[in-house]
Amino acid sequence: MYKIVKKKRLTSQINLFEFSAVEVARKAKPGQFIIIRIDEKGERIPLTIAGAKPEKGTIIAACQEAGKTTKKLGKLREGDYIQDLVGPLGNPTEIKKFGTVLCVGGGVMIAPLYYHTKALREAGNRIIGVIGARTAEQLIYEEEMRQVCDELYVATDDGTKGYKDLEFLKDLLKERKIDRAIVLGPIITMKLISEFTRPYNIPTRVCLTPIMVDGMGMCGACRVTVGGETKFACAHGPEFDGHQVDFEGLMARLKMYTAQEKLAFVFYEKGERGS
Amino acid sequence: MSKPKPKIHKEVVPMPKQNPKERVHNFNEVALGYTVEQAVAEAERCLQCPAPSPCVKGCPVEIDIPAFIKLIKERKFKEAIKKIREKDNLPAVTGRVCPQEQQCQANCTMAKIGDPISIGRLERFVADWEREHGYDTPPKPKPTGKRVAIVGAGPAGLTAAADLVRLGHEVVVFEALHKPGGVLVYGIPEFRLPKKIVNAEADYIKKLGVKIKTNAMVGKLYTIKELLERFDAVFVGTGAGLPRFMRIPGENLCGIYSANEFLIRVNLMKAYTFPEYDTPIHVGEKVAVIGGGNVAMDAARCALRLKAKEVRIVYRRSRKEMPARAEEIENAEEEGVIFEFLTNPKRFIGNERGWVKAMECVRMRLGEPDASGRRRPIPIEGSEFTMDVDTVIIAIGGTPNPIIPQTTEGLEVTRHGTIVTDENGKTSIEGVYAGGDIVTGAATVISAMGAGKRAARAIHKYLMEKRNSGKS
Repeated sequence: MYKIVKKKRLTSQINLFEFSAVEVARKAKPGQFIIIRIDEKGERIPLTIAGAKPEKGTIIAACQEAGKTTKKLGKLREGDYIQDLVGPLGNPTEIKKFGTVLCVGGGVMIAPLYYHTKALREAGNRIIGVIGARTAEQLIYEEEMRQVCDELYVATDDGTKGYKDLEFLKDLLKERKIDRAIVLGPIITMKLISEFTRPYNIPTRVCLTPIMVDGMGMCGACRVTVGGETKFACAHGPEFDGHQVDFEGLMARLKMYTAQEKLAFVFYEKGERGS
Repeated sequence: MSKPKPKIHKEVVPMPKQNPKERVHNFNEVALGYTVEQAVAEAERCLQCPAPSPCVKGCPVEIDIPAFIKLIKERKFKEAIKKIREKDNLPAVTGRVCPQEQQCQANCTMAKIGDPISIGRLERFVADWEREHGYDTPPKPKPTGKRVAIVGAGPAGLTAAADLVRLGHEVVVFEALHKPGGVLVYGIPEFRLPKKIVNAEADYIKKLGVKIKTNAMVGKLYTIKELLERFDAVFVGTGAGLPRFMRIPGENLCGIYSANEFLIRVNLMKAYTFPEYDTPIHVGEKVAVIGGGNVAMDAARCALRLKAKEVRIVYRRSRKEMPARAEEIENAEEEGVIFEFLTNPKRFIGNERGWVKAMECVRMRLGEPDASGRRRPIPIEGSEFTMDVDTVIIAIGGTPNPIIPQTTEGLEVTRHGTIVTDENGKTSIEGVYAGGDIVTGAATVISAMGAGKRAARAIHKYLMEKRNSGKS
């Protein structure tokens, strides 16, 4: 059992959790993920690590409520326990001095982006940060990101805060010399930024979050085509070259259980109302 | 007057099974097990061949088979299971999933004149008897003060752990998944090996004093080198649980599973109870399972139980070359699985939403025997045809788990990724032993248990020599 040491509601849909996991906290690095299971009947879901406090023995992850499992997790409180937590899984991102790094994050993935960005800044990089959300209310980690970025740009899909969508980045890329880009966010964002950086040959790393089961290379649920080859996001990634990833295939696979997820959610809501 | 000769019963006592028509609608165990009277009747058929008995020679863990059968005949069931447990730490499991027809029973003297003794069913009977009547735990041995880490709680690791703890060593098993059992919990389906039985066997091993730490992925959470700082020896039994794909176009379409994923969802995550359990599974109307081994049979039979209309085993060789156990092929056939022999997929065809809708196949013929001794399948040019499918399960084998080799400097591996050991499991690093599928490549539960046993013996010897030479 793993204790929820701290929980903070960041938006109406996103929660930040600090789980007690002493050994995981000691080993975790930016780019890696954990897999959790809430209870005996629960599914295994991956969460990208958004920070670790080895001295406190905790690991930080953000979760956006979407279906049954994430809603259930959102209902848990500080002091509650989850059944399972395993990690750190996947390969860490490369942290060294690249020069100027463009760090782009969307939605719930801004939380782990902060973990990356902080490490990249400490390694001596100049950071251009870009964070975005659907709407202003769903934007997270703006203050935290400001502290680790040399410049920070904010965008929303509906224009309620900062730039309206990410089109402004086209001009920015034209004007500036950027040595590396790292993108954590929805598939559509990762795909868009990869297209923006392609003409400039900027090495662009994307952190994928496909469906996973074991997260240890055993099942292949998370397979994705990268440069024409099949890769497992859990074992070979989760970070890949954004210019090589087949985002369409990834998007289709992510929707594989939409019908079942809806069904589970309906049953769950019904049960919650009944009790 | 000479004494009348005892009557020899040539025919095996059949084991009751669930009716195929009924069992395809549930995940309950297919084989129902012997009653007391059936077990005693079967035990009475045993000729009690003197040592070295041919059956014992066929057993990878050297169970004294005639002795335990004699005890069943005498209705001393407690003594019978004790006899088995001297050598076998997972009798309820091996009684169900061992390929006895290729091992102990293949050598049985009775086979020369009739049916061999059903050793597996008798083993299962006493193991189940024990579970129902309560376990006796052997007395705790004198502690040696030595500590052993076991990596992976599958058949090899659990066997090594149980043997070592009985010798007085402190044993901690590190398991990456959330439940111990390895392939016994994620791979073999409920209807062949009920999970409550695996849990009971794992609990017994814990009762012996073994600590099992789940959610601990060695290689990520700690390296082997770090374990060697805290333990006197390490056994690696991480298995061959990585799925192999076919490397043909369309393989990443939705609706295409590795057998591992399909079985992990169904068995470990209990997707067959969805939405009671949260993990979903997709099974369409027309399912194709690629491969001819036990895993392919398991996947096909799960798909039937998950309400597929048609389930086909697509295998590139003929029935004769199928590596699956005869009993499992028979069970699959009884349940309505269709077999497409000498057929191989060439590519998968998707619909506009990225889901598989068909599979282009080619017919095969058999050529000369290859390295495996089986005749090599050769595509027949121009024989291509399309098979409509909406779910595909690829069951063409697994590869060794690379995580330990990748994170352990100085550990010698073959070009196939298996760990190099001597016959007792000793690796290229002092104090590090390995066994099971990570050494042999994908094989059977019992051969992994045999390897765990041999390694435990070698580790014990190593630790005692180290202690006596005063090195520690």
